[in-house]
Amino acid sequence: MALDSKVPKGPIKDKWTTYKDKIDLVNPANKRNIDIIVVGTGLAGGSAAATLAELGYNVKAFAYQDSPRRAHSIAAQGGINASKNYMGDGDSNYRLFYDTVKGGDYRSREANVYRLAEVSGNIIDQCVAQGVPFARDYGGLLDNRSFGGVLVSRTFYAKGQTGQQLLLGAYSAMNRQIARGKIEMFNRHEMLDVVLVDGKARGIITRNLITGEIERHSAHAVVIATGGYGNVYFLSTNAMGSNVTAAWKIHKKGAYFANPCFTQIHPTCIPRSGDYQSKLTLMSESLRNDGRIWVPKHLDDAKAIQQGKLKPTEITEENRDYFLERRYPAFGNLVPRDVASRAAKERCDAGYGVNATGEAVYLDFAFAFERYGKEQAKIHGISNPSKEKIIELGQAIIEEKYGNLFQMYEKIIAENPYETPMMIYPATHYTMGGVWVDYNLMTTVEGLYCIGEANFSDHGANRLGASALMQGLADGYFVLPYTIGDYLSDDIRTGKISTDSPEFEEAEKEVKGRITFFMNNNGSKSVDYFHKKLGKIMWDKVGMARNAEGLKEAMAEIKAIREEFWKEVKVPGDANEMNLELEKVGRVADFLELGELFAKDALDRNESCGGHFREESVELEGEQKGEAKRNDKDYAYVSAWEYKGEPADAVLHKEELEFKDIELKQRSYK
Amino acid sequence: MNLTLKIWKQKGPQDKGRMVDYKVNDISEHMSFLEMMDVLNEQLVNSGDEPVAFDHDCREGICGMCSLYINGQAHGPDRGITTCQLHMRMFKDGDTITIEPFRAKAFPVIKDLVVDRMSFERIQQAGGYISVNTSGNTQDANNILISKHAADEAMDAAACIGCGACVATCKNSSAMLFVGAKVSQYALLPQGQIEAVDRVQNMVVQMDLEGFGNCTNTGACEIECPKGISLDNIARMNRELMKASLK
Repeated sequence: MALDSKVPKGPIKDKWTTYKDKIDLVNPANKRNIDIIVVGTGLAGGSAAATLAELGYNVKAFAYQDSPRRAHSIAAQGGINASKNYMGDGDSNYRLFYDTVKGGDYRSREANVYRLAEVSGNIIDQCVAQGVPFARDYGGLLDNRSFGGVLVSRTFYAKGQTGQQLLLGAYSAMNRQIARGKIEMFNRHEMLDVVLVDGKARGIITRNLITGEIERHSAHAVVIATGGYGNVYFLSTNAMGSNVTAAWKIHKKGAYFANPCFTQIHPTCIPRSGDYQSKLTLMSESLRNDGRIWVPKHLDDAKAIQQGKLKPTEITEENRDYFLERRYPAFGNLVPRDVASRAAKERCDAGYGVNATGEAVYLDFAFAFERYGKEQAKIHGISNPSKEKIIELGQAIIEEKYGNLFQMYEKIIAENPYETPMMIYPATHYTMGGVWVDYNLMTTVEGLYCIGEANFSDHGANRLGASALMQGLADGYFVLPYTIGDYLSDDIRTGKISTDSPEFEEAEKEVKGRITFFMNNNGSKSVDYFHKKLGKIMWDKVGMARNAEGLKEAMAEIKAIREEFWKEVKVPGDANEMNLELEKVGRVADFLELGELFAKDALDRNESCGGHFREESVELEGEQKGEAKRNDKDYAYVSAWEYKGEPADAVLHKEELEFKDIELKQRSYK
Repeated sequence: MNLTLKIWKQKGPQDKGRMVDYKVNDISEHMSFLEMMDVLNEQLVNSGDEPVAFDHDCREGICGMCSLYINGQAHGPDRGITTCQLHMRMFKDGDTITIEPFRAKAFPVIKDLVVDRMSFERIQQAGGYISVNTSGNTQDANNILISKHAADEAMDAAACIGCGACVATCKNSSAMLFVGAKVSQYALLPQGQIEAVDRVQNMVVQMDLEGFGNCTNTGACEIECPKGISLDNIARMNRELMKASLK
């Protein structure tokens, strides 16, 4: 099947408006007769469910947690971008569009990104109307901060809990519709398959995680909003339950999976401490507004620090290497995430890393304390303040800005980051890749939509900070409600979809068969054993730097683990009650397939772009020596994979990317 | 360190439940409490036993999924954190640790340490929102001026993660801190004024229907709250309720 992105014709600035004027609508009386399933209740799913219900559709929403409010969008810290230009620093829709396409290293679809920028301002209006308590300045207006990869301040925030507040906003909108009976909420339910009838998505099979019951749910359209697949690495900043299962199941039923190798390794996470580690904790990128990143300039000092013989505060200014400022003077500590992560890895691989494992760099706030402290002293009219007074005043400002992050760090590491620099190291964070969708956010299966992090469309090969929240809410509040209506306008005479059809029967049988298999497998190893093994291969060979040889090895090794998994995995307990191991086993089974496709995609893309860095593709000379080398001639496409059984047999379809409104340039942050 | 764990096991809502002893060895002080529970569960799975069921998800103190009543304290012996942020350095070699679910009439046990907090959902559905459609056709965000003070205070109230530690720790199983925080967030913002009367009345009625107890001002909830939600929010809710009754 040829890929059709269905991007409307016309100038980029008019595409979305013209599109909205011309689509078919469903009249309010008919909306009542149409059911929509939304799987996942984070920012994308939650906002979509609420909006679709407001429009009058009957929505069934599903979450594996005990409340929609617990989806992992809640953990986003720093902020949400919008091109409001409230700061008057030259921002515009075009500039947000440009930054996002450039930040994504020219591997995203122009028309989608422009639409995203276009609706970004509306998101802020909407959230304020809902009562989201964004930070304000003293005049009562909204405050903004800066994020990596851009030269303006366009990030709106609610302390270090922006994701939480936005999700609670969407959740409150959902609650209003649950109370009206327009959303039927299924908490503690997991989707285990999609059901296609005559080639269209018409329902899902779920497991009630409390009773173990396998249920059939039908609808006229199905929306997948189940987030990213970062947990394929086992260790990531994702929640423990975040998984690829819904996205993978639809892939197996015909939805193409796009750019799986585009995964974001976030530079500022708390380093790991031991093999027992269950997850990694992110420190918001906003910290890079005020923190400076460095390692010792001399190997001896680094060694001494690793052995615990030297403290960072004992290393003098001239013996420190502020490597981001050195390599990228224009953007300094605010280079995009992929660039910052690779630079940290480069220093650590060269032996300059700083904690006992040698896998950490410093994020130092001492300068910010001083800068803010002096400012405060002036404001308060303190002449000749002592150094201690300056630091004290400065620390108070930092505490106000990032207090919760500093506290979080101290609880985990047991060191006071006000006294000694933080230690950070990159960790898997966000997946730009995901289910392929067209301009309507529809997958290659009719009536099956995919929104938020779960799809691939807006961030190309690298996502800029504070853009995930923007995309999730744009998709759910402002894009999908239009596009899905256009599709459903053909369904007004269909009537209720029966769950008694052979298609539902078959899908349910398959799901039950798999559960029975796992319960009776009687293997010798736990689910986590396999998940950790997979994670290690992914990190070592499909991580921050990749090469053909390693990727081929990874594919073979993952296949071998998968075979062992199906023979040896063990699930204790009972299938007809809450069973946490049974929940995990299904998810890991899917990760074991995705992981191989991920490596295959990385192998196919023999260029470096964004978060995908191929050691074979670097600049060999000039000012950019050693930097990633993109290859637009051969790789300016989206790789969309079609399922054909084994992941290694997946068939590649290319969506060629056209850039009419932006000139393709090397992404320089120097 | 080596530890003895006394853990509440309960097969399902109908089961009576009992405390069961477990041993875990070689626990690092740098582990989080839930990583220690992972070690226990891995041990149980490897010996063919059923692991202990407990709720958890984000493991960074924000989703509100994790619960646990540890040595008689909601979220264990540290302040300002959830169970997933509790670290083993708070314990010492040879300790016996008692682990129970959050207990309240309105939080029935589902299995082992997992409880049903749907009562919180229903309270939110009774009025925890502003009735504005998500059409995007609202006014420009900067047309609503909000004083920094009010915005900050609303944010402090909105920081509640809905974990239920306040209820679990209260001798009356009262949900006043939780409900007070939500009522306060909207009461402090101009956007929330229009429905203020209905909101507080409906939420309080639902809270009572769910079987939560009343508040007797012991302040335990504030101390155990992982997000430092202040008792002021309860006072504000009471004022709102009083105001509503006069309208």
